[in-house]
Amino acid sequence: MKYAFYTGCAAKGATPELYVSTRLVTQKLEMELVELKSAACCGAGVITEADPELAIALNARTFALAEAEGLDLMTICGTCQGVMAQINKQLKEDSELLKRINVYLEKEGLHYKGTVKVKHFLWILLDDIGVDRLKTYVTHPLRNLKIAPFYGCYILRPSSALGYDDPNQPTSLETVIEALGGEAVDYEGRNKCCGFPVILENPDIGLAMSGKRLEEAKTARADVMVTPCPLCHMNLDLQQERVEKHIGKPFEMPVLHLPQLAGLAMGFSPVDMQMMRHFVPVASLISKLQT
Amino acid sequence: MRIHLKIKRYHPEWDREPQLKDYYLDIRSDLTVLETLIQLKEEEEGGLALRYSCRSAICGSCTMRINGSEKLACQTSVREEYERFEALKIEPLSNAPVIKDLVVDQAPFWGKLGEVSPWLHSEILKETPADQAGFPKEAFNEFHNVDACIMCGACASACNSLEVSSGFMGPAALAKAYRFVADPREAGQEKKKRLRALVEPNGIWDCVRCNFCVEVCPKDVKPMEAIIRLRREALKAGLGDSPAGRHITAFVNIVKKEGRLNEGLQPLKMLWKSPEKLLQVFPLALKMWVRGKLPFIWHWPIKGIRSIRKIFKVRGF
Repeated sequence: MKYAFYTGCAAKGATPELYVSTRLVTQKLEMELVELKSAACCGAGVITEADPELAIALNARTFALAEAEGLDLMTICGTCQGVMAQINKQLKEDSELLKRINVYLEKEGLHYKGTVKVKHFLWILLDDIGVDRLKTYVTHPLRNLKIAPFYGCYILRPSSALGYDDPNQPTSLETVIEALGGEAVDYEGRNKCCGFPVILENPDIGLAMSGKRLEEAKTARADVMVTPCPLCHMNLDLQQERVEKHIGKPFEMPVLHLPQLAGLAMGFSPVDMQMMRHFVPVASLISKLQT
Repeated sequence: MRIHLKIKRYHPEWDREPQLKDYYLDIRSDLTVLETLIQLKEEEEGGLALRYSCRSAICGSCTMRINGSEKLACQTSVREEYERFEALKIEPLSNAPVIKDLVVDQAPFWGKLGEVSPWLHSEILKETPADQAGFPKEAFNEFHNVDACIMCGACASACNSLEVSSGFMGPAALAKAYRFVADPREAGQEKKKRLRALVEPNGIWDCVRCNFCVEVCPKDVKPMEAIIRLRREALKAGLGDSPAGRHITAFVNIVKKEGRLNEGLQPLKMLWKSPEKLLQVFPLALKMWVRGKLPFIWHWPIKGIRSIRKIFKVRGF
């Protein structure tokens, strides 16, 4: 299994533990990754706000780089996945647009034909590796662990472009959690927004939203949350102390990236998975894993 | 077919809080949810309160939460819901006070629509009928999907921002505002006046772009797309001098310079004019730096940056 690997900005910036854990886990799963080091930021939906055509061109360039390698693209960020899936759909369905956008890529000798599939690591685990094979890698099943799956927005919606899960009743994270031997808990806001997009300009909304998700997971008696999106991770983990102050409730809820959770079940240590970089202490989680 | 319904019931004078009640009913398998509820009302539960009128997906009255998602009851098939979810759970719209059972108070929703003055502020129309005013038809394509809005309130109920901030104008009102900002019959200064009001707190910058409104809209209005267009118009009109406006301009500049976002630089570029907000995030930045999670504010650009910059340049950035 070989993929063009699109890291996204966060895994190379504010969530380096996501990059490290992805590398270790994919290696163990015998996946071969060709990292697209010269691919630009996907725009996270923000560049689109300034100029949609610029965002389309930047992403078409990334698709063309993957196509030149003859590979499908793997993302590890829910937001990248959402943005790229939407733009890829537009390019595949509108030949005039594809033609126009390719003019921007010509100078670099690139050309996008529209053949690349963009897949999140979560989907690759389920479709390309498959639950049965995934289970064979599990040496330390996550018994005793109640895990709250947190999808975030962009890996689910708009479903016309993403189309993997039902946006109201998604199941993919639950399936992976159970394959890893954990127990997935059900709670209201698992498919909702974490509040990250407005955290800097409008912290009242950003913190309240994150607080709601944490509270819902806590009420469902989760020991830990897991997310396929590093931006959700930032708002749930980095901002958790601020959230607790903002709404006046303690949560102490560890939040893991999906590859970290998979890594723990495959026998990697919390240090291998760089969990010491998290803001919320993970000691309680580690002691639960050892019992 | 025999079905099991779970309906959220609430009588404000009797109940402390809403509760889900179970009903069992024999129905024809081709019924809609609305027809089923009417049958339930006629045969068993006369006291059930719900709103409906046209029964043809035009009036927007019968919107409710069906199996966790906002839908028009009159165009939702019971059989399809059952096949998909093996259940039929019916609740009133969220983000609005419940008057009784499935009926919510829509006054705040209508109030916000009213606030965007949803009519043309134009002198031209007084003299010339719209179809003779000489505007290209294509200009109307920009907002024709917003005109399809039946004001059913599905988007407001699904809106993640409204859930935590009841003052937010919400998707329907903002989409309607965009319809007038995009209308070529309104003069530039009128548009700017509209945009100036929309960049205020509770306006366009409070949307988190969660796409819920796009997903639930029964008429494919795509309210979030309209909000994004309003943001673009606000920037073009020089109304982007705020942390939210700079979120976009700083992001674009950083990616142009480095090829990738720099999380160390982005908050500085966004918040340097709002020292109190910058101070709020400073302790966090320090903790991130200690854990090796904060990129330096100056960063080597990624490989391929020259080609990336060329694309920015051709697009006028």
